[in-house]
Parts: sequence; structure tokens; C-alpha cells
Amino acid sequence: MADLTTNCGGIISPNPFWLASAPPANSGAQVQRAFEAGWGGAVWKTLGQPIQNVSSRFGGHTIGGARGAGFNNIELITDRPLEVNFREIYETKKRFPKHAVIVSLMVETEDEWRDIILRSIDAGADGLELNFGCPHGMCERGMGSAVGQEPRINERITAWAVKYSTVPVLVKLTPNVGDINPHGLAAKHGGAHGVSLINTIKSIIGVDIDRFVPEPRVGTQSSNGGYCGAAVKPIALHMTAQLARNPGFRLPISGIGGVCNWRDAVEFILLGATSVQVCTEVMLKGYRIVEDMIDGLSNYMDSHGFATIDQMVGKAVPAYSEWGDLDLNYETVAKIDATKCIGCQVCVVACHDGAHQCLHPQEGTRVPRVDESECVGCNLCKIVCPVPDCISMVTVDNGWAPATWNQHMVGAGKLRPKKGAH
Amino acid sequence: MAHDKHAATSNALPADRGEAPFSDYKVAYSPTQAVAEATRCLYCSDAPCMNACPTRIDVAQFIRKIATGNDRGSAKTILDANILGMSCARVCPVETLCVGACVYNTLGHPPIQIGRLQRYVTDRALDEDWQFYTAGPDSGKKVALIGAGPASLACAHHLRRSGHACTIFEKRDVIGGLNTTGVAPYKMKADASLHEVDWLLEIGGIDIKTGVEVGRDVTFDQLERDYDAVFFGAGLGLDSRLGVPGEDLAGVDGAVAWIERMKLQPVDLSGVRHALVIGGGNTAMDCMRELLGLKVPNVTLVYRGTQAGMPGYAHEWKAAQVLGAKAQWQAVPVAFEGDGRVQRAKLALLDGNKQPTGETVLVDADLVLMAIGQGKLGGMLAGLSGINIAKGVVQADEHGFTGRPKWYVGGDARNGGKEVVNAAAEGKQAALAIHKSFG
Repeated sequence: MADLTTNCGGIISPNPFWLASAPPANSGAQVQRAFEAGWGGAVWKTLGQPIQNVSSRFGGHTIGGARGAGFNNIELITDRPLEVNFREIYETKKRFPKHAVIVSLMVETEDEWRDIILRSIDAGADGLELNFGCPHGMCERGMGSAVGQEPRINERITAWAVKYSTVPVLVKLTPNVGDINPHGLAAKHGGAHGVSLINTIKSIIGVDIDRFVPEPRVGTQSSNGGYCGAAVKPIALHMTAQLARNPGFRLPISGIGGVCNWRDAVEFILLGATSVQVCTEVMLKGYRIVEDMIDGLSNYMDSHGFATIDQMVGKAVPAYSEWGDLDLNYETVAKIDATKCIGCQVCVVACHDGAHQCLHPQEGTRVPRVDESECVGCNLCKIVCPVPDCISMVTVDNGWAPATWNQHMVGAGKLRPKKGAH
Repeated sequence: MAHDKHAATSNALPADRGEAPFSDYKVAYSPTQAVAEATRCLYCSDAPCMNACPTRIDVAQFIRKIATGNDRGSAKTILDANILGMSCARVCPVETLCVGACVYNTLGHPPIQIGRLQRYVTDRALDEDWQFYTAGPDSGKKVALIGAGPASLACAHHLRRSGHACTIFEKRDVIGGLNTTGVAPYKMKADASLHEVDWLLEIGGIDIKTGVEVGRDVTFDQLERDYDAVFFGAGLGLDSRLGVPGEDLAGVDGAVAWIERMKLQPVDLSGVRHALVIGGGNTAMDCMRELLGLKVPNVTLVYRGTQAGMPGYAHEWKAAQVLGAKAQWQAVPVAFEGDGRVQRAKLALLDGNKQPTGETVLVDADLVLMAIGQGKLGGMLAGLSGINIAKGVVQADEHGFTGRPKWYVGGDARNGGKEVVNAAAEGKQAALAIHKSFG
């Protein structure tokens, strides 16, 4: 049985599954129920000067019938008195000493940072997370993503926090930047013990097309909010991997963004995360999802021979390459398993209209024919096919030695003739 | 359904008619159910469901429109291909057509419930009186249509879109043909059919002369002389008879005639303990389910062949069996007995070649429905040279043209007795051909 114990920047938890700083981690009662359900850690909903929230606050993006596949919110940090939060943190740690309670913080001045950090640690925090990511409401007040988008300020505030803290400090980064690297490095230079990413993405989730008001609607108005949920995972994976492969970075990462199940968690870990944080899927399905996350991860680790989380971290990072270093002579073509094909021909229309016109209907059968001389191996047919393993992309032994664009640009590496480019 | 603006036709039907107690076998979808089912559709390319539809409804497209909340566009996609989309949604044997062709069957998943989705959106179209079509500018051409059933109605509606004036001659007082008088009431009741007819006639310019029998009240020569084209959509004739002793006893009835009475008038089955349905086609299946639905205690199918060889749909027989249907396979009545009213039937047992084994059995029977086919009406046109009639069925090319200038045919009169959707398709084809013939 694999050991799921996680050490993320010095914060130890029985498994890598943490609640993200968000509504599911808003109160002691909630976090304690989450720990009972199996969550290894929780990042407490951001503490700061308590705010007043609007009604309504959340917006859902339904994709192909999947409700909340994308999600956004215009809720701000905690609206509960600080002393109540600290008392509940204390009670939670007392009941669950082995679980990680990380307190998310967002204030303005150095004095405020010092004060709130000391109170958090007094309450029993195992770690701190500096909220430099919130993209709405707080950034207009000079906090949240306003800090995360400005490396100098990021570094300075991180340094304050590290100075006053006796527990590990994670910096939560905003994805609302062109390149995540300088922001991760700013946290590192400030002395952070790790980073969390991504916070939510600036977004308008939708528009009420009858009222002509964006959503979520607050009376006759709305505002941009933070986008999250399953749909943002690819963006989060990219930013995680960007930092993980940066040789100047080398800090633990707590991965966030679209983690819905153990598979997502494995992907984040393979691209460099040590722990993962979950909010939206818990909001949609409840704390109980962690049971499958723990089982699934454990079974995966057993089947792949991983004894500890550390053995997995970053396993796929070396295979994350620049485009110019990809082998242009590597060739695949689509193969359709006629015994599995149900004849929907969704692949045919996709290939004809959206790819390279190399899948064709045939007389006397609904199974399409692949014109391998035209197939560029793009994957589109395999992506749209509703039958698992019906279409596979098969490697062609074309006899060409590997050659990349970067090699080609310096006169090395001979490229095979292009396919489908006539 | 909301019938307020169609009160005249709907209210003409007695509320206590025989079909009244039936409720829908396949219940209507709620909007939530419809969207959920529509979202499941794979949106196949060159979709097998569309190719299985005689009217070639673009099923994938109309279902996608339901999924996106474009019900109006969805209804129009259906009705563009088949103006009788509402009734076809209810009466089509979808299990053997579109739903049977759904690729999900191959995947081992439940197929998309295309009929129920089509019903969902066409019910909306009719209930909310969405009208998508207007009559074309007057072409000066006139078309006579014989019979006010699905074939003629589909034909006339298409002709009106091109501006041709249409007159339908119907010998009955009630319009809609078998959609009104013959559909099993757990699929569609007569008032729904009349509602559809009223909705369809809103295009205007379709004059229906009821109670007028062509060949008796007006001659074929007159039609040919007075109209620029004639469409023969008279359907089928009377129920066939076996020609055995006692067949004229009270209680021995033709299936189609009995169904028509049950749908339009009150029926009294209180004295019926044992009903026999003679035949193995889908009319027989309907009779079985109808009699059982009307609480006749013992209903037995008598068919010459085996269950496997029966032309009726397997899904229909399965549904009848659930209600308690019994069967006497490989048997045929050779006499009916009774004192003024049928009480018993004498059945000859048949072998695998449907030949008598010499054995007979006597069974109780106080109602017998003969569902062994209907007469063909092609003979009505026998006097018109250039029209070929084979076994009573009017012969035509794929556009419904008979070979005699001006004369077209569609529906059961052309195909010998198929589904409403075939009649709708043939009516549409003929309309296009007639329009083309006008140049």
C-alpha cells in the first residue's frame, strides 16, 4: 500500500488532498467535517478585514449537459469576524492535530500582516498561504491579484510574511499574467517555502440573454469574477509545469485548478505539484468525493510502483518540451477498429470540416476508411469518437531519423516530406 | 393539449367515446427530460436515424436544437421534412425505423428516444400554434385530392406552399383518415389528429369537401376535366372477410371498422368475456392491446402461422402480452356459431405450411375482430386508361406519377398499406412532382 503522506514545503498532511481557500473551508464545522470525510488538509478561507458580500455570487458554465463544468464567483474573502475564525481554527487543530490547517491571508500593511500572521500561528496554523491571487473585488483595493501581478510587491510582502512567520509560507499565485515564471521567482526570492497555483481566472461566466445582464447578476448589474472548475485544469497544469521545469525555481507546488478526482490529482503531481487543492468539485459534489480520490490515487500508485508521493512528483516534467524540440519526423496515423465502430461517422464530419479530409465513408459499411497517405495523425477523430479504443493513433515506421525544428534551423536534421499540406 | 381555437372539430367527438379511457403508452417528456435526452445524442454525420425515416427528417439537427433550447427551430426542421411530424412522432414504429437505427444500439446503450423528442417539440408547435409556412402566390393551378388522410393532407400542404389551389374530397364526415379513425388510442386519440389537421389547414386554400364520394357524387372524368392534377390518396377499403359460415353473426366485425367506432363513438363491451382477434399483422396487434385496455377479460389472437412468422411488430406483441394477451398459433376460423350473436368459433389447426391438420377446436367467442387485411381501392381507377393496377394497388413511379397525365397516387393506395410516415412521404413526393409538372 502506497504511503500518501505529503510534505509540501514543510506542511505535513496525511494525504495530498487539501480543501482550497474558498467556501468549503469557510468555518470550523465545515473543515472538521471535511477532515472526517478524509481530506488531508484545508486552506482556511482567506482572513483579512472581514468584508460584505453581494447576492448573488456564483455563476455556472454548463458544457454539453455537464453543470458547473466551468464556474466563477464574485465572492470575496471571509465575512466572519477574525476572532471567530481563529477560535474555530484552534478547535479544529485540537480535534485534528495530524491534519494540515493552512490559513490564507490577505491584508495591506506590514503591521497588519505581522498581526494577522502571529494570531494565525497562535491559533495553531500549520502553514500560511498568502492570497496574491483573487482577481475581483480585493485587487481594486490593492490586494489579491494586484499583488500577484507585480513581482516587486509580491517579493516584498512575501519577505514580511516569512520574517514574522514560524510556520511555512506558501504564496498563492494568480494566473492573470502573461508568464508565471517571474511571479513564482518573486515568491522564491521573498523566501516563500512554496507556491500554490492557480487562483481563479478573470472572467465573465455568461450573460442573461433575456435581461441583457452578465452573470452572476446582482440586481441590474454584474461584475467580472474568478473562473475555476474542471474547465480551467489545462491552464493550471501548464502553469504548474512552467514553474516545475524552471531550474531557478525548485520550490514545492500546491496544485490548484480543476482538480475533480484522483486522475486530475495524478496529472498535477506528475507535472510537479506536491499537494493539490480542491474547491469547485467539492462545492458541486460535497466533501465525500475525497474517498474516491484517496482510493484512486492509492491504487494508481500501487499499480505504477510508487511507494510515496515524492516518487511521483514531477515525473512527467522532463517530457514537457518546447515545440521546437519535438521530433518532426515522428508520424502517426489513425486506425479504426471495425469491430468496435458503431458507424456514427462523427469522425468523418470532424475530419472533413475540422482537419485534413482523410476519413471517408465507404460503400456498403458505416465504418469509415482512413486515407493513410493523407492522415496527418492529428488525433481529432480519436477525440470525437464516442467508443473507447475504437480509433487509435498508430506510430508509422517511416524510416526517418528524428529531427526537430531547432535542429533544422541550424542545418542539422532532415525533415520528412509534409503530409496534407497541398 | 390546448384545443380552444379548434373547438369546432374537437368538440364534435363524444367525450365518452370508446378510446377515452386510454392514456399514453409513452408519456410526454417534460422540458427537462427532453433536454437531457437530446444532450445524449451523438449528432451522427449522415445519421442512420435520418436515413431510416421515410420523410428523411434531419433527426440529428432537430435533436441538437432541442438541446440548445431552440425548440422553434427544432420543430421547423421536423415539419420541413414531414408536416405530419406530430402524429408521426406518436404513431411511427420508431423501434423499427429511426430508433432502431440509432448507433447507440450497436454500442449497447439505450437508443435516443427520437419519437418522444419529436413529440415534445411538435406538441409545442401545435399547442402554441407555431406556423412556419405561408401559401405561395396564387399559381392559377387547381389540384383535386381524393381522401382526406395523411397522404392527401401532406400533398395539399406542400402544394399550397407553391400557391396551387387544393380541393380534398372525403367520403366520410371526419377528416384525417386513419390518423383520426385508426390509430391505437394509447398512441394518439382522434382529437389530437383533428387538432393537427386544423393546424395544418391554417395555411389556407385547402378546401375539404366531406361527405363527397368520388365515383358516386362526382366522377373521375369531372375531376380530370376541372383540375390540373389529381392525387389519389383514398387509402384502403373495407376489412377483408374469411367467407366462412356464421361470419355475418352479430359480434363478428372487421377490425378497422371496429377501431373506427371505438375511436369516434361509445362502445359497450360489458358482455364480452372472450374476444378473438383473427390475424397476425399490426392491426391485429392494435386490436389486442385495445381490447385488453378496455378490460375484456380474455383476448386471444388467432393466427395461421407461428409467433416468429407473424408480420406484426415483435415490440407490439410484447406490449400485448404484458397486458395478458393469449394466442392460438397455427389456427384459422372455419365457422362461427351462435344464436343470432356469435358465441363460439370453430378453429382448424394448421401445420407448418399453414395447411389444415384435420384437427379442429371449438373456442368461446362473444366478439370476433377480423384483422386479415383490407380491400384495395385501386379498382376505383380501373376505367382510366394508362393507370396500371396490380392486385388493387395503383402503380406509380418514385414520384407517385401513375403514367396517366395529371394522375398521381400516394399512401396506402400506392404502397398497399404502410405507415403514416410513408403516406406523408409519398404525399410530399407527389406534391413536388405535381408542382414540377406545372412547369
